Amino acid sequence: MELIATSAANEPKASGCSAKGCGSSDDSLAHLPEALRKRVQNHPCFSEKAHHHFARMHVAVAPACNIQCNYCNRKYDCSNESRPGVVSEVLSPDEAVHKVKTVAAAIPQMTVLGIAGPGDPLANPDRTFATFRRLAEEAPDIKLCVSTNGLRLPEFADEMAKYNIEHVTITMNCLDPEIGAKIYPWIYWNNRRIRGVKAAKILIRNQLKGLEMLVERGILVKVNSVMIPGVNDQHLKEVSKLVKEKGAFLHNVMPLIAEAEHGTFYGLTGQRSPSGAELRELQDSCADSMSMMRHCRQCRADAVGMLGEDRGQEFTLDQIEGKEIDYAAAMVKRKQVHDAILEQLDAEHQAAANSDTTTAARGPAILMAVSSSGQGVINQHFGHATEFLIYRVDDTKVEHVGQRKVELYCGGPGDCPEEENRLQGHLNALSDCQAVLSAKIGIGPWQQLEQAGIAPSGEYAYEAIETGLRLFYNDLLAQGKLQPTGELATEASA
Amino acid sequence: MALSITDRCVNCYACMDVCPSDAITQGASQFEIDALKCTECAGHFADPQCASICPVEEALLDGLGHVIHPPGSLTGIPPTLRLQDGGSADEWRATP
Repeated sequence: MELIATSAANEPKASGCSAKGCGSSDDSLAHLPEALRKRVQNHPCFSEKAHHHFARMHVAVAPACNIQCNYCNRKYDCSNESRPGVVSEVLSPDEAVHKVKTVAAAIPQMTVLGIAGPGDPLANPDRTFATFRRLAEEAPDIKLCVSTNGLRLPEFADEMAKYNIEHVTITMNCLDPEIGAKIYPWIYWNNRRIRGVKAAKILIRNQLKGLEMLVERGILVKVNSVMIPGVNDQHLKEVSKLVKEKGAFLHNVMPLIAEAEHGTFYGLTGQRSPSGAELRELQDSCADSMSMMRHCRQCRADAVGMLGEDRGQEFTLDQIEGKEIDYAAAMVKRKQVHDAILEQLDAEHQAAANSDTTTAARGPAILMAVSSSGQGVINQHFGHATEFLIYRVDDTKVEHVGQRKVELYCGGPGDCPEEENRLQGHLNALSDCQAVLSAKIGIGPWQQLEQAGIAPSGEYAYEAIETGLRLFYNDLLAQGKLQPTGELATEASA
Repeated sequence: MALSITDRCVNCYACMDVCPSDAITQGASQFEIDALKCTECAGHFADPQCASICPVEEALLDGLGHVIHPPGSLTGIPPTLRLQDGGSADEWRATP
């Protein structure tokens, strides 16, 4: 059988460009063959391009879990937290199907339904597959997706292929059971609770076996890894390399979330999270061997909407109960919306493929930050940003490499008692960037940014992000204001 | 003898799914074990299944009312560091 994802992963070598993307492209998946590009072009988690336009939702039908991770607290009932494993209400499969149809009709850009927890989907096979079975029949225009710890993947790979599940994410934090024992205190396997290295060994074996089985069945596999400084950070490059060899399509290295108030082992024992710069460096070093996902927002197991936004509160059970949905009519409208977005993305893809970059002046690779509220446009006030998108820009490429969360410092006029403190948080988060582009930047922050060596600009408001970055970069380059960054320069010339 | 569930239960369904005796149901605020149906998995498995998968410390009591998973035994979190939310564990703890 032709191994689709494996042959795709080998494509860059054959055509002589690196997995980081080639030519003028800004998308790490741009090297993909056309057929594969089509398969991910409307999946916001598998395609960076898509996430500016398409939305996703998770339904929390899978509360049970069969492993314990040290970054997870199983008391997950909280509506103010945005992180994996957290939900406000667990749904029955019937409730979930109704919610999916309601959201699909209200948010036609929603293309992907994932089951990601709050436990593990495959530790709840009846609830998970009952939901998929009904959706495959009743809402065939929605892509179905699973995110799993992989323990029971070998058992369910065939069943997953049956429901047209095209995209699966496996969370794999290590290949070495000794490291695994520091991340997973126990697993439930063959009717026993198993602990330590023995447990990690079984988990890792099943993850790798499951990955192979999914790839054999033509399913696209993304691997998620949580970066835990001092535990697995040095090891994740090996993970990246091996999962690529096994045919995984994309690797998503995410920063550990560990606050004491979350009540997790790591949170309470003082395990630190990586800084934005540390995360980017690790992602960059993995990118030598693997396509990396850089736009993950680590969403809740019941998130609804575009990545980075959560409209779950608009679709609680109370609010959707008894609502009649004419799904046939919704599908017509959805198709129109999808076609319009895909037409735009195709045009951008063609334009990027045709653009001539040979005339650009030589310039260093730098990091630039953007505040955007969506649609791929620079459309957010600096003071309203809760995250900045980070791009690596050189004279030929604009490449999305991540995002940095910040505390909102501007709650409107007269609400700035801590303004200076919070702005310091912004400056820290953007310390390795040389420029920041927003729809508008106030004079106070403007001056502080300049003093910190970060060039602010509000000049490219409402431009497409890549266009604004390119224009501002060229402008700064012409003015001789760009500083070569040792580590980034090496990366760009590699 | 039968196991029982305390108010530490987070309603994750895991125990209900693995119980071979169909002894576990979702109650008003937490899952409940039917003492008449529970066999402690004797004849089915070496270990009671609910106690093999439950992720929450102090959520299960054995037939004598003893806590099966004391603080720290499942999460590794030292009891002194544990968040003090939810009901007080002392109310029902270990009265043999």
